Amino acid sequence: MSEYQENSVVQSNDRVTDSLYRLTLHAPRIAERAQPGQFVMAACGQSLDPLLRRPFSIHQASATGTLQLLVKVIGRGTRLLSSVRPGDIVNLIGPLGRGFSRPKESPVCLVGGGIGIAPLVFFAQRFLHQPPPSEDCVVLLGSRTGNEILQLAAEFIDLGCLVLTATDDGSHGHHGLVTDLLPPYLSQIKKVYVCGPTAMMSAVAGICHDATVPCEASLEAHMACGLGACLGCTIHGADGSYKHVCKQGPVFNAEEIAWKR
Amino acid sequence: METLNSIATIPLAVTIGPLQLANPVMTASGTFGYASEFSNLVDLDRLGALVVKGISLEPRSGNPPPRIVETACGMLNAIGLENVGLERFITEKMPFLRTCQSRVIVNILGDSIEEYAILAKELSGVAGIDGLEINISCPNVKKGGVAFGTVPAMAAAVTQAVKNVTELPVIVKLSPNVTDIVAMAQAVETSGADAVSLINTLIGMAIDVQTRKPRLANIIGGLSGPAIKPVALRMVWQVASAVSIPVIGIGGIGTAEDAIEFLLAGATAVQVGTANFYNPSATEQILAGIDLYLRQQGETSVQAIIGSLRLGA
Repeated sequence: MSEYQENSVVQSNDRVTDSLYRLTLHAPRIAERAQPGQFVMAACGQSLDPLLRRPFSIHQASATGTLQLLVKVIGRGTRLLSSVRPGDIVNLIGPLGRGFSRPKESPVCLVGGGIGIAPLVFFAQRFLHQPPPSEDCVVLLGSRTGNEILQLAAEFIDLGCLVLTATDDGSHGHHGLVTDLLPPYLSQIKKVYVCGPTAMMSAVAGICHDATVPCEASLEAHMACGLGACLGCTIHGADGSYKHVCKQGPVFNAEEIAWKR
Repeated sequence: METLNSIATIPLAVTIGPLQLANPVMTASGTFGYASEFSNLVDLDRLGALVVKGISLEPRSGNPPPRIVETACGMLNAIGLENVGLERFITEKMPFLRTCQSRVIVNILGDSIEEYAILAKELSGVAGIDGLEINISCPNVKKGGVAFGTVPAMAAAVTQAVKNVTELPVIVKLSPNVTDIVAMAQAVETSGADAVSLINTLIGMAIDVQTRKPRLANIIGGLSGPAIKPVALRMVWQVASAVSIPVIGIGGIGTAEDAIEFLLAGATAVQVGTANFYNPSATEQILAGIDLYLRQQGETSVQAIIGSLRLGA
């Protein structure tokens, strides 16, 4: 596995909602090798404050060298990154980490919450038949409010997936948790792939465990380097060991993680 | 081109006691893994030395998360000295390190003087290791957990014990969390240290005001990055003025200008730490920048600027 440090050129920065932006970058070396579930470390701004790069899962990557990141504005680093304009340079290191495994059987279920939906689009594009029969891929998307997921839901539908949504405010789809949508489908599903808030992934992992359906989860952690050097991105493993999100993940078999602590 | 190259070459070699380095740019322990982590991003044959992650006798799993938090122009870490331990270091990490043309310096840490001595002795027999750096910012378990690096006599005793069992050059890495870092440097110099490197991280803390909890599970952690550079530079200048062994400057170095400041203050070499995280190209950029600076200043070697700080009118 090879990673690169690359000065990517911003091609477009599309505002999805007030706090969600989709960056399209020209980063040919990283895009060419990127696999679904892998991430990049992106420099935010040109100064020493904020100091560290921010990890972003790869939202889409094409053979023509474009790479997309979905940036949710959380703090100063993501605010800086969300304000880039076409022609600006964003320094990236990637592709990093272990991504999702390619599904061996269908149907599969993708469960995404909020910004965690980002890598699942890449997954569906790269790993599913183009387009898959809708019964081959069930996509469950959750967010606070509908406008955060409308566009992303449409993209999964265009890819041929069966899409169900859940929102906290009831503005789109099911009024409640996205995890409520999973059990009715689970008996037919061969594998679940989840990315989202920890509480949501923990719930999905629990549901899958009880139903003995394999589940892969993409985790997030603060990290300084993304390369396995700082050892800062530690999480608790189910076996009592520490695991490092950057190298051993970010995608883990859900059974490897100590969800309840 | 040949003529141009011969004109262009400025000697960058420096000497750390008995250790010859091709140039004064090293990586700082704990920020560069075991070097292989950076093999796709950094030319590992061109640096003065690679200082690898601190090694203990037995593997250590480190502290619970969260272990790092970003602060203004810096970061706090409480990794807890996670490392693979001596045996796995020798069998799993050294084969790759032996393929690097850069010098390899192994940082060692222990809970007792005996552990440091065993580590030094074992590593002395391993091919491909060019020097040892003693991390004395560890608690001395047998002395009630007081850090070796805060009591001059204890730092001296560790240095002596290591020197007694190894022919390798020995660098002692000093903690800034002391009343008088000069006294620490003098104590280890007297005990035979070939060089001192400074500074290790400054102990700090950060709190999440919403949850009212510390941002690190360990509550406190080590501050590194550009934020600490002025403190590090001051300490390097004070120590370099007071000891006759070489001083290696560490602390917030991310650019050639940063590195040159340390060289002017009296450091014979520098270690680049946190910058490796946010800019893996930092060491190579610093090397190129030192070369350019020497050219612009009309200097004929890097040696010429070491300790050349101008004081007075």
